Amino acid sequence: MRRNRPTRGSERKADPVSQSAVQPTPASPTPEGGHLLEVRDLHVEFRTGEGVAKVINGVSYHLDAGETLAVLGESGSGKSVTAQAIMGILDTPPAVIRSGQIRYQGRDLLTQSEEQRRQVRGTEISMIFQDALSALNPTFPVGWQIGETLRQRAGMSRGDARRRAIELMELVKIPAAASRLGDYPHQFSGGMRQRVMIAMALALNPKVLIADEPTTALDVTVQAQIMDLLSDLRRDLRMAMILITHDLGVVAGVADRIAVMYAGRIVEHADVRSLYKAPAHPYTKGLLKSIPRLDFQGQQLSTIRGLPPNLMRIPSGCPFHPRCPYVQQVCVDVVPHDLVLGDGRTSACHFAQEVRDDRAR
Amino acid sequence: MVRFILRRLLQMVLAFFGTTLIVYALMFAGQGDPIQALAGERPVTEAQRAYLTEKFHLDRTGIDGFFYRYFDYIRNLLQGDLGESLTGRQIGDILAAAWPVTIKLALIAMTVTVLVGVTAGVLAGIRRASIFDNSTLLLTLVVLAVPTIVLAPIAQYLLGVRWQLFPPTAGADPDFYALLLPGIVLGSLSLATALRLTRTSVAENLRADYVRTARSKGLVKRRIVGIHVLRNSLIPVVTFLGVELGNLMGGAIITEGVFNIPGVGFNLFRAIRTEDGPLVVGIVSVLVVVYLIANLVVDVLYAVLDPRIRYE
Repeated sequence: MRRNRPTRGSERKADPVSQSAVQPTPASPTPEGGHLLEVRDLHVEFRTGEGVAKVINGVSYHLDAGETLAVLGESGSGKSVTAQAIMGILDTPPAVIRSGQIRYQGRDLLTQSEEQRRQVRGTEISMIFQDALSALNPTFPVGWQIGETLRQRAGMSRGDARRRAIELMELVKIPAAASRLGDYPHQFSGGMRQRVMIAMALALNPKVLIADEPTTALDVTVQAQIMDLLSDLRRDLRMAMILITHDLGVVAGVADRIAVMYAGRIVEHADVRSLYKAPAHPYTKGLLKSIPRLDFQGQQLSTIRGLPPNLMRIPSGCPFHPRCPYVQQVCVDVVPHDLVLGDGRTSACHFAQEVRDDRAR
Repeated sequence: MVRFILRRLLQMVLAFFGTTLIVYALMFAGQGDPIQALAGERPVTEAQRAYLTEKFHLDRTGIDGFFYRYFDYIRNLLQGDLGESLTGRQIGDILAAAWPVTIKLALIAMTVTVLVGVTAGVLAGIRRASIFDNSTLLLTLVVLAVPTIVLAPIAQYLLGVRWQLFPPTAGADPDFYALLLPGIVLGSLSLATALRLTRTSVAENLRADYVRTARSKGLVKRRIVGIHVLRNSLIPVVTFLGVELGNLMGGAIITEGVFNIPGVGFNLFRAIRTEDGPLVVGIVSVLVVVYLIANLVVDVLYAVLDPRIRYE
């Protein structure tokens, strides 16, 4: 199987059209000192009939070439919305991007035209979604759907697109790829469907892959296979990856850094090792304690008390304060800044250092 | 698929016998003296009565006689002989003259439905809550609320008599132009339904996850809507149109009556009014077959359009 895997170099030669057509600036991929992808102080609102929901409230994170950033958080924390804002596929309305920047290779995507942004999708930044069954079009064969990207975006002929689709399906380890080209999404198992989704996202050799809860809809054993596959592909194709998940277990083996989101903000940002060893935000701490562990058998599993905040009425001060075991008066009154803790770590908590050093609770 | 079609054809045979039996029973079981009904006001002599009794097998009485006559009729029907109407014309000839007119009318109505209804439905679905969307919703509501028996005479009066844009009645052997207004009136109801169905379906599919995927592939909007959304949205619409075409082929009693079009519906209505039993049964039998075939075609088409549907 590994022999069949085309290297990045040979792909480039195989489709010269796509290279000339889709690469807007061949200049240095990352400008001096800049990041490959950087989100700066992003604010997004959803305007609905019932009011304005502040979904993203100043999110900043960055991604360098070849690394994996995990974005962690519960439902409604804004992790998917941030990703969709990067892709430019937010439905506007109801979504409104209030302010902020999304810089890719030094250029702010938010100031670009829709046509320029469309050119970036798939070729530079690609995305895979949670539920592959609904994310794939039910009325077209998978080979056609993978090939569509190649035909429409890279100007390939039907035959070439077909051959390349088989290669891509082999790349994501779908058995008997050539014979499954004409099958429809519902004829695949959950894991195989997600592989089709991945093959489609990789079709144009993107530099960034955003995986939005890629394993949530899958069985546990299949989850591991898909995560391994994503991890291998990211390394072999030298991509950078943003892995969005609410599952801390998924993150550990794959990610380099973790950004934890709560109520539309990054509350903690650290490399994987130090975050697991000593979380510096009470929310992260709560998440880590709520993972079932083999050595804690017979004890009650700890949970974070309370519910995620209503985004139309975000609590004053620190939005986590109603649920926080460390809460003080200052947390109710003052919005915490990102506290820098060294080694690139930040935590949006008034008591970040105390929380980090407190091993008891 | 072949097995499915064969099974459906077998079901059609049963449905055919069932419906013809019911119509036959309704038409003849209640008649007091069929011979006097045939003769009308004129007196019937004993010799005539004896001849007709033998000809129509009326010497057999009760349920036994009824089934004898029914199977006699079916036997003739299967040999292609629809029998004679009470007026003495071959029913086969009446249908042969009426059917082309009805088919022309149905095709005009269907063309109007598809061209206007589906197109406007797609546009309304894409631009939901726009002025266009709201006005089509209001307009279709009016059309759906007003019955054909009201709509047809109004259209006939305004467009045919008052402003004289169309001929007000069709008459014998009508041309395309004479059938245009009746076709539009006939199609307006299915047009309104098709428009609303298409609108809802398109609006729903535009929010589907696969549209988000198509956008993240960097496809242009025209292609996302024109290929991805349309293909999925039209599945229920095509199903509706297929059934509707079956209905239209069955003739439109009211529309054909109002505009005086000598189609199937017109003849059926006249046959019912004059209590012409053989003609009613003849026409309805053929309508049953047309309707069953239309339904079968729709079911097969459904499987072709939606790969998730398999008949086995």
